Amino acid sequence: MKFLNKKTNIDFVGKRKIAFVFSLSLIVISIITLVAQDLNYGLDFTGGTLIEVSYPTAPEVSDVRAHLADAGMSDSIVQVFGTPNDIVVRIPPRENEESNAEISTVVLAALQEGVEGEIVMRRVEFVGPQVGDELTEQGILAVVYALIGIFLYVMMRFQWRFSVGAVAALVHDIIITMGILALVQIEFDLTVVAALLAVIGYSLNDTIVLFDRIRENFPRLRKSSPLEVVNISVNETLSRTLMTSMTTLLVLTALFIFGGEIIHAFAFTLIVGVVIGTYSSIYVASTVLLELGVSKYDLMAVEKEGVAVDANP
Amino acid sequence: MNQYPAWKYLLILLVLSVGLIYALPNMFGEDPALQVTSARGFAIPLDLEANIEDALIVENLEFKNMERAGNKVLYRFNSAEDQLRASDVIKKALGDQYVVALNLAHATPTWLRSIGGKPMTLGLDLQGGVHFLMQVDMDTARSQQLDRYVDDFRAAMRDDRIRYVSVRREGKGLLALLRTVEDRSKALDLIRRDQSLQGLIVEELDTEEYFGISATVQEQQLLELQQTALKQNINTLRNRVNEIGVAEPVIQQQGADRVVVQLPGVQDTVEAKKIIGATATLEYRAVDEANDAFTAAQTGRVPPESRLYTDASGQPILLKKRLIVAGDQLIGASSGFDQQNGQPQVSVTLDGVGAKRMLDFTRDNVGNRMAVVYIEQKPGGRKTEEVISVAVVREPFGKRFQTTGLDSMSEASQLALLLRAGALAAPMEIVEERTVGPSLGADNVEQGFKSVLIGFILVLIFMAAYYRVFGLVADLALFANLFLLIALLSMLGATLTMPGIAGIVLTVGMAVDANVLIFERIREELRNGNTPQASIRAGYDKAFSTIADANITTLIAAFVLFLFGTGPIKGFAVTLSLGILTSMFTAIMGTRAVVNLIYGGKKRVRKLSI
Repeated sequence: MKFLNKKTNIDFVGKRKIAFVFSLSLIVISIITLVAQDLNYGLDFTGGTLIEVSYPTAPEVSDVRAHLADAGMSDSIVQVFGTPNDIVVRIPPRENEESNAEISTVVLAALQEGVEGEIVMRRVEFVGPQVGDELTEQGILAVVYALIGIFLYVMMRFQWRFSVGAVAALVHDIIITMGILALVQIEFDLTVVAALLAVIGYSLNDTIVLFDRIRENFPRLRKSSPLEVVNISVNETLSRTLMTSMTTLLVLTALFIFGGEIIHAFAFTLIVGVVIGTYSSIYVASTVLLELGVSKYDLMAVEKEGVAVDANP
Repeated sequence: MNQYPAWKYLLILLVLSVGLIYALPNMFGEDPALQVTSARGFAIPLDLEANIEDALIVENLEFKNMERAGNKVLYRFNSAEDQLRASDVIKKALGDQYVVALNLAHATPTWLRSIGGKPMTLGLDLQGGVHFLMQVDMDTARSQQLDRYVDDFRAAMRDDRIRYVSVRREGKGLLALLRTVEDRSKALDLIRRDQSLQGLIVEELDTEEYFGISATVQEQQLLELQQTALKQNINTLRNRVNEIGVAEPVIQQQGADRVVVQLPGVQDTVEAKKIIGATATLEYRAVDEANDAFTAAQTGRVPPESRLYTDASGQPILLKKRLIVAGDQLIGASSGFDQQNGQPQVSVTLDGVGAKRMLDFTRDNVGNRMAVVYIEQKPGGRKTEEVISVAVVREPFGKRFQTTGLDSMSEASQLALLLRAGALAAPMEIVEERTVGPSLGADNVEQGFKSVLIGFILVLIFMAAYYRVFGLVADLALFANLFLLIALLSMLGATLTMPGIAGIVLTVGMAVDANVLIFERIREELRNGNTPQASIRAGYDKAFSTIADANITTLIAAFVLFLFGTGPIKGFAVTLSLGILTSMFTAIMGTRAVVNLIYGGKKRVRKLSI
C-alpha cells in the first residue's frame, strides 16, 4: 500500500507566498482570539478548589447550587461532568488563606445534604494562589528554555539559519495551537502545557527530518538553486511526514476518545499541534530558510558528514 | 549481503530477555496484605511475630506468608475479607504501640523479586489517594528565631552581670540599649564569645540617651535555620503519617520551603488533614527517686507530687509532676558519638529559658535520673504520653547536653529524630491538595489501558498494511519497545500516572517514526534502481543520522519538561524520554536483525515486500 506511489513533484515552495499569507492570518487571528477571550485557565493556574462527586442518581443542578449557597458557597460553579450522575463543583480561591484547605470538607458535606444514599468523592483538587502563579511562570519558562535548547542544538548540528527556521516554525505552532485552545475554550491546565511541549518536540522532529534532507541534497544537487533543492527535499520527505503524522494521529485519536475526561484536553492539544506541526515543517521552516538566503556554502563545513553521499547513483 | 555478526544477535536477544523478565512482575497482580510497623519507627521485636501468629490462629485466619523487610513486617492474605478481619485482630493484639496498615502487596514470585523484579508503582491518580503540598511559613520561623536570640542575649547579659536598659526585636534584627560605653563593649564581647549568639552581625548605634547595639542575623544562619526547620517538619510529618497507617507514604522536600505528602489509598482527607496538623511535644521530668515505682503500681498509692508512667520496656516509673523543660524550649537534637568513650549519644540544644531551668535542676540533682516524656495531642482530644528515655544526670548542664546509655547508633539517631520530630518547627499550611477517589482511579486505569491498547492495535494494523513484511517487522519492534519501556519503568521504580500512560501512547505513535524513515528510504533506493540488498543497507545507513537528530531534539524538549514539571508532568517526561531511547534500539537494531534474518542470507533477492 502506498499513498504516494510515484515520486512526487509538488511545487510546495512556489506556493510559499500563499502559505505565508495563510500562516500570518492564522497567527493574527490566534493573537486576536487570545487577547479577546483569553485561555480558559484551569485550576492549576487560577487557584481554587475543584470537587468531582458521583451521585447515586442524577441530581438537579439547581438543587446542588441551592445546597452550596446554604453552606456559604454561593460563588461556586456547578457543572455536569461526563455522565449525568457526576458533577463538578469549582470554587474560586478565597482571600482567607486558612479556610482554603477546609473548603473541600464543607462542600462535600453540603453536597451530601438531602441526598439519599451516599455520594462518592471522585476527586478533590485544591491549588493555593501562590502555587498557581508559580506554575504559570514555570510553564512559560519551560517553553522558552526548550526553544533555546533547540536553537543551540540545531545551530551546532546545522547552521544558524536552520535554527531560526526551526524556532520560527515552533513559535508559529505554539501561537496557533494556543489560539485554537482559546477559541474552543478547552481548559488550559498543566497537562496542556505538557502537550504543548510535546507538540514542540513533535513538530521539531518533522522539521529536522526535512533539514537533514536539505543538508544531504545541497552537495548532491550542485546545479540546482536553493529553491529547487528545498522543494525536492520537501517532496522526498513528504511520504514519511504524512505517514508519521498518520500513526501519531491514530494513537492520539484513541487517547482522545477512550482516555477519559482527565486526558481530553491533553489529547486535543496534541491533535491540533500535530496537524499544525506537520503543515509548518513543510511550509514555514523551509520558507524562513529560503528567505534568510540559505545556500550550499552555508553547509560546506558539515558536507563531509552527509552520510554516504557516494552511495547515490 | 546483509548479515549481523553473531554477537549483535546475541546482544539483542539478551536485552530482550532481560526486558521480558523485568516486565514480567507487572503480570502478577496484587495480594491484600497488612503491614505492621512500630509507631515510633523502631524495629519489630521477634517475639511479636509469634504474638501475631497466635492471635490469627485463635481467630482461625490463614495468611499466605509473612515477610520481614527492615522495620516492617508484612502479612499476605487470600482475600480482602480476611485482610480486614485480620487487621482488627492484629490491632487488638498489639495495641497503640504498633501501626497496622492495609496494603496491596504485589504478588511477584520470590525468584523474580530476588533478582530485583518489581512492578511499576501506580500513581495516586490511578490507585486513589491524597496528595498534599505543604508550605512552611518561613516568616514565622525567622521571627521565632529572632525571639530566641533576644531571649538568649538577655539571659547571657544577666549571667555576666551586664546591666542593660532593654533588648528587643527591631524590624528584621534586634536592638539592645545600654547605659554606658563600658557595658556596651562588654556586651559586644559577649556576643563574640557566647555560643548561643553566633551568627549575629553587630553594629554600634548611639541614641541621645543610650549606647545601642543593632544586630541582624547572618543570611547563612537564617538559611541553615530554614533547612533545619524544614527537615524537622518532614520528620514530624513522617511520624504522624505513620500514625494513620499508610502503607507507602511519600514525604519529600520540594524546593526551598515546601513538603510533598502523598498518602496512597487514603480517602478520608478530613482525617488526614487533622492528623497532619496535630501537635506533639516533649517534656523533661525528674524521676521520683524517693518512692518505689513498683510499690506505687501495685498498691495504686501514688505520691501526690508524682505521677506513674510506664517506661519503654514496660516497667512502671514515677516521675515528678513539676516540669523541668518542655519541647517548645528544645531547639535541636542530633546523634553522634561520645568523644571520650566512643559511645553513641544524642546532643540536645535548649533555648535560653530552657537552658537556665535545666542548669538549675541538674546542679541540684547529680546522680539522680531524668526522663523524657513524649506527648501527643491526637484528634478528638485524646492524648498519649510515653516515656521514651530515662538517664542518670552525671554533671550539671544547661543549654546543650548529651543523653548517653543508648544501645546503638541507630537507637541514638532514632531518638534524636524523635526529639526533633516532637513538634513542628515552623507552622505549615496546605497550598495544594489533590485527592483521587478509588472509583476515579479505577476508571483511569481502565481508560488508560484501553486507549493504549486501541492505539497500539491501530498502529500495528496500519504498519502491516502499509509496509507488508517490513511493516510486520516494525510491529515486532513495537511490541519489543513496549515491554522494554515497561521493564525500564519497573526497574527504575518509576511511578505510572495518567500523563505517564499518555507518554506511552505518544511513544507508540512516534516509535514507528524511525521505521517509517528507514522504510521510506529503502523504497526510495529501490525506485532509484538499486538492488534490494543495497537498498536495505543504504536505507538503514542514511536514515540513521536523521533519526538521531530528530530524537535528540525531542529529548531536549522532554528534558526541559522534566526540569520544570512537577509530579505527573515529570511522569510524562520520563516515559517519553525512555520511550525514545528504547525505540532507537528496537526500531534500528531490532528491525535490522529481523530483516537480515529474512533477506540477508539469500544471494539473490528479487523483490522486497515493502
